[in-house]
Amino acid sequence: MNANAKPYGLIAEFENTSSALHAAEKVRDAGFRKWDVFTPFPIHGMDKAMGIKNSKVGWFSFLGGVIGYSTGMLMIWWMNAVDYQILVGGKPMFSPHAAFPPSYELTILFGAFGAIGGMMFLNRLPKLHHPLLKHKRFALATHDKFFVVIETADPKYSESETRKLLEAAGSKRIEMVEE
Amino acid sequence: MSDVATEIKVPVVPAELVREPLVQNNRSFGWISDRVSAITEGKVPKWWWAAFIPSLCLLGLLGAMLFYQITTGVGVWGNHHPTMWGWDIINFVWWIGIGHAGTLISAILFLMRQRWRTAVNRAAEAMTIFAVMCAGIYPGVHVGRVWFDWWLFPIPTYQGLWPQFRSPLMWDVFAVSTYFTVSVLFWYVGLIPDLATMRDRAKTKVKQFIYGFFALGWTGSNRHWSNYEKAYLILAGLSTPLVLSVHSIVSLDFAVSQLPGWHTTIFPPYFVAGAVFSGFGMVLTLLIPLRSMCHLEDIITMRHIDVMCKVTLATGCIVSYAYVMEFIIAWYSGSAMEKFHFMNRALGPMWWGWVMMMSCNMIVPQLFWFKKVRSNLVLVFIMSIFVNIGMWFERFVIVVVGLYREFLPSNWGYYKPTWVDICTFLGTFGLFFTMFLLFMRFLPMIAVSEVKGVTPEADPHHPSAGGHGNGGKH
Repeated sequence: MNANAKPYGLIAEFENTSSALHAAEKVRDAGFRKWDVFTPFPIHGMDKAMGIKNSKVGWFSFLGGVIGYSTGMLMIWWMNAVDYQILVGGKPMFSPHAAFPPSYELTILFGAFGAIGGMMFLNRLPKLHHPLLKHKRFALATHDKFFVVIETADPKYSESETRKLLEAAGSKRIEMVEE
Repeated sequence: MSDVATEIKVPVVPAELVREPLVQNNRSFGWISDRVSAITEGKVPKWWWAAFIPSLCLLGLLGAMLFYQITTGVGVWGNHHPTMWGWDIINFVWWIGIGHAGTLISAILFLMRQRWRTAVNRAAEAMTIFAVMCAGIYPGVHVGRVWFDWWLFPIPTYQGLWPQFRSPLMWDVFAVSTYFTVSVLFWYVGLIPDLATMRDRAKTKVKQFIYGFFALGWTGSNRHWSNYEKAYLILAGLSTPLVLSVHSIVSLDFAVSQLPGWHTTIFPPYFVAGAVFSGFGMVLTLLIPLRSMCHLEDIITMRHIDVMCKVTLATGCIVSYAYVMEFIIAWYSGSAMEKFHFMNRALGPMWWGWVMMMSCNMIVPQLFWFKKVRSNLVLVFIMSIFVNIGMWFERFVIVVVGLYREFLPSNWGYYKPTWVDICTFLGTFGLFFTMFLLFMRFLPMIAVSEVKGVTPEADPHHPSAGGHGNGGKH
């Protein structure tokens, strides 16, 4: 270990979904705040085991959809009925029925941008650097292993106590990750 | 006697109710990422080159044809009065229809919790994107003066003119461009965790950088997964009405007009069903050879092929119903023009188009009722090609047969494609297969993280995952 390196946190490896899930429940009950579970795929029930609230991505998407629909309607009304009127077959200059299909498509387009933008914003992605990505074993988090990481920045963190907790949760391999 | 009395009765699931596992031979998580990544990591197989070089040549042909057409004019095509829409619009609708299976698999089946979709969704979504690219070329060049294509979009110009939004062709611009954009976004969001897998497996710095760049720094954090899964669910929820609207709007290009054979209210649902039908045909055409060439038999199992055949059969029956219903409505409408159009469709000079459509789309899929047929890969492959041919003829019947016998007999004509029409169409296959082959070489063609998620060990309550609950029974 490099003497100058700042510790980032303790990383505990788990072999299967069940042990990772139960470890997460223990860490949650111990009252930690700055910690996370890293898995190759989303595990059913992990949000509850970690005590994560329902994601707020929906609000971003909803906002995008509302903006998309009103943009479509206002744009078509302004272009075809206000700025440059073109009379076609005696039809009204603006009709919500004819304006609906493009506005509907824009609702979906902006809603999708909202969902993805919201997801990236809430996850703080893209991220150029993460201390865990330097850790050798961590590459397996996208392969077939499950990791629980408790950061040293957590107020409840103490090297020996936290290590004990993770050992008790059933991890066979606990290491320190540097910043 | 007492032994029998204390025996605990465990309800036995009858054999016919036990579902085949989605990933066969109890493959581990690691096996799944190794197997899928091997396609991109190993040496390029000979068959890949054998497919790629002809595709690239056809792509060159497409470039040459488009250059010739753009520099000369749309007169090089067979489009002439009264058939002002020909192969360009047929191929546009055909390609965009093929695209629909991808979004159906990724979005609608996701909302319906059809977990088998995970094995095929990535390749089907890629197919969608490339098919929409092929489709997009046609409206772009058939306007004749491609350098004015930007007039289609509401961009302020020196003339102060705006697009005319009462036209269904304008709705189509919005539908198709939204469809393409959202399909790409959906596909990319699904790719992020797998790109992280590729990044973590990369042996060279360059690969690590490129995959890492597009993986956006994904770590597999559960706090991220939580937002990610919500975003994915919302995208599926948005793509479902989107995919239904796109082909509905394509059908409105026809249905909003006053022409017999086009002016019908059945068009939107019938076009959507036809699109899904042709899309599943293309998914089968692509995946049946690929699963054996890439050794993916344990991931894309016979059960997957079986389910896709059933979807093809169901949508085939919907289009068949529409074909019959169109005739009944033409008779019931009492309109002489409608009646004439449909009689002409079946018995006129282009009767062969109608016969091709009916036999490929109505009769051939009926074979899928038989389990024996659904489990015969060669037969399924051949039938999937018939579906593609049949759906092409459906659009031929609608576009050309709809136009060449107009209201006034003095306006009647005939339609023949030119060699440019044919070569342009062949060229779009070049674009499609070049893109698809590059995709399968450089990106994981199976959604690795999603397939891992549907294995029994992924369920924390399953015994194989170290759990003690009653997992595996749902």
